[in-house]
Amino acid sequence: MRLLTITRLTFLEAARRKIALAALLLGVAFLVLYATGFYFIATETGLPGEGLQSSQLIRNQVFGFFTNAGMYAVNFLTIAMGALVSADTLAGEIGSGTIQTLATKPARRAEIVLGKWLGFALLIGAYLAFMFSGLMLIVYSIARYSVPNVFLGVALIYFECVLIMTLTLACSSRFSTLATGGIVFGMYGLAFIGGFVEQVGAIFRNQGVVNVGIISSLILPSEALFRRAAYEMTSPLGQAAAAVGMPSGPMLVISIPSPMMIVYGAFYLLVMLGIAIWVFQRRDL
Amino acid sequence: MPSFAIETHHLRKEFDDNIAVRGLTLEVKQGEVFGFLGPNGAGKTTSIKMLLGLVSPTAGQAQLLGAPLGDRATRARMGFLPEHFRFHDWLKAGEFLTLHGQLYDMATDRLRRRVTELLELVGLAPFREKQLHTFSKGMLQRVGLAQALLNEPALVFLDEPTSGLDPVGRRLVRDIIRDLRAQGTTVFLNSHLLSEIEITCDRVAFIKHGEVVQVSDLNTLIAEGEATSVAIRATGLTPEIIAGLSQWSQETRLDGPQLMLTITDEAALPTLTRYLVERGAQVYSVIPQKLSLEDLFIRIVGTEGVL
Repeated sequence: MRLLTITRLTFLEAARRKIALAALLLGVAFLVLYATGFYFIATETGLPGEGLQSSQLIRNQVFGFFTNAGMYAVNFLTIAMGALVSADTLAGEIGSGTIQTLATKPARRAEIVLGKWLGFALLIGAYLAFMFSGLMLIVYSIARYSVPNVFLGVALIYFECVLIMTLTLACSSRFSTLATGGIVFGMYGLAFIGGFVEQVGAIFRNQGVVNVGIISSLILPSEALFRRAAYEMTSPLGQAAAAVGMPSGPMLVISIPSPMMIVYGAFYLLVMLGIAIWVFQRRDL
Repeated sequence: MPSFAIETHHLRKEFDDNIAVRGLTLEVKQGEVFGFLGPNGAGKTTSIKMLLGLVSPTAGQAQLLGAPLGDRATRARMGFLPEHFRFHDWLKAGEFLTLHGQLYDMATDRLRRRVTELLELVGLAPFREKQLHTFSKGMLQRVGLAQALLNEPALVFLDEPTSGLDPVGRRLVRDIIRDLRAQGTTVFLNSHLLSEIEITCDRVAFIKHGEVVQVSDLNTLIAEGEATSVAIRATGLTPEIIAGLSQWSQETRLDGPQLMLTITDEAALPTLTRYLVERGAQVYSVIPQKLSLEDLFIRIVGTEGVL
């Protein structure tokens, strides 16, 4: 099948151009650093020992907080990996001319886009699975802390990473690699700041400020999806704290994105994928 | 089976305010080797890209192998070697051909056989397991040519197929084109190397400002009714004999050991030779000077650069 041939090409590229290896090494470096930091936090900061139920509650809060921070870093690394490989894919192939032998084959242009998309989605999935397993393993082996709702949470983060990759692919179908990088990075930054503003608005119970954050999430729902994921992976106590306006992690999950944001994210992803195909089909190569 | 492999009518491409191809009207017969000539910027590459579906025309129509432009089933019967032969250079030569063959949906057995055959044909069999980034320009062009022939196409577009090749490589390409012609494949050849076109092509189109200005049959490049010069090498030529040549020749002059005549009809050559022999001249050679493709090119396209 032609679509899967393109997917295979995408895998081979990630492997041969050492993109996968670089991402993996960076990921391992992060995990080692994180494990070291987490170890010292768990053993040398005067946290109450296991045993008592009340001290276990405090421990869970603290570990939950730092696990949340680790998840954000893993989330960011995965997004960066996904965006870096997909930013150059259409723009780069058009620029260098390698697309010409592909696009003159009997494959539909839509098959080229979807084949690449599938390849990146699988790569991102494998990377996220590796990094998240590493993180969970570190946290569990050092502190015996297990993250609640981990599958739902990881699924949401995966969804977020694929969404940004799809946005990047859509930009790459029209703009140069550099412009694509600029646009996606800018939009990601906007969503990040917007999410931050939304949390501050929630602390001060200012609906206007919260709305600014919500609008930024509509422009790019990445941050909102991460916060929803982080909320899902927070202990029930943390969730209760969030409900009354207390931050329960470094990413300040106070204003909890509604499940509608997930529906919106799915819609957003499909539209971006549609744009990528539509633009690429009509483009002169 | 349609009689034309390529048929275009006023194919036009505009980029913003720039007209790349003004109106290409062209007919390429099934099974011929067709040369596409023109100065830089005449719209050759854009024309090829339109035919291949890489660039969509602003106006006009075209049919390839009897189907309208962009037909996917037709693309399965076409091959293409792009001008700059940029490929995914992290692929090994064998992988590169296999992946491209898979995009043609070729059956695994046939594909495996073709990859081996073609690597053999272009002289790259020992480099099957080498990544393309280790290849020289010439090797890349060879593997690109193999890629263009994977599906045993009915129509092949070769855009500057010898630009990166040494004389041995050029000879190879020439032989491959000859074999393709023998198999009945139509070859559309875009090349700057006029000698290349002269040797390999049946017909050639000259394009200028995105329009075909002339199509010439290369086998009869001496245009009918036009003056042709003839070089005669002979001894024992007396002034009388030379004077007597004026009945066939408009202009006669001695150029070193050669006698140069200008005749209007090739049919005069046997009579003229008999005349010389009967009058006792020793004739070594009588050679009509074919108009070279370069002369024709400059005459048709002009010397002014079209940039």
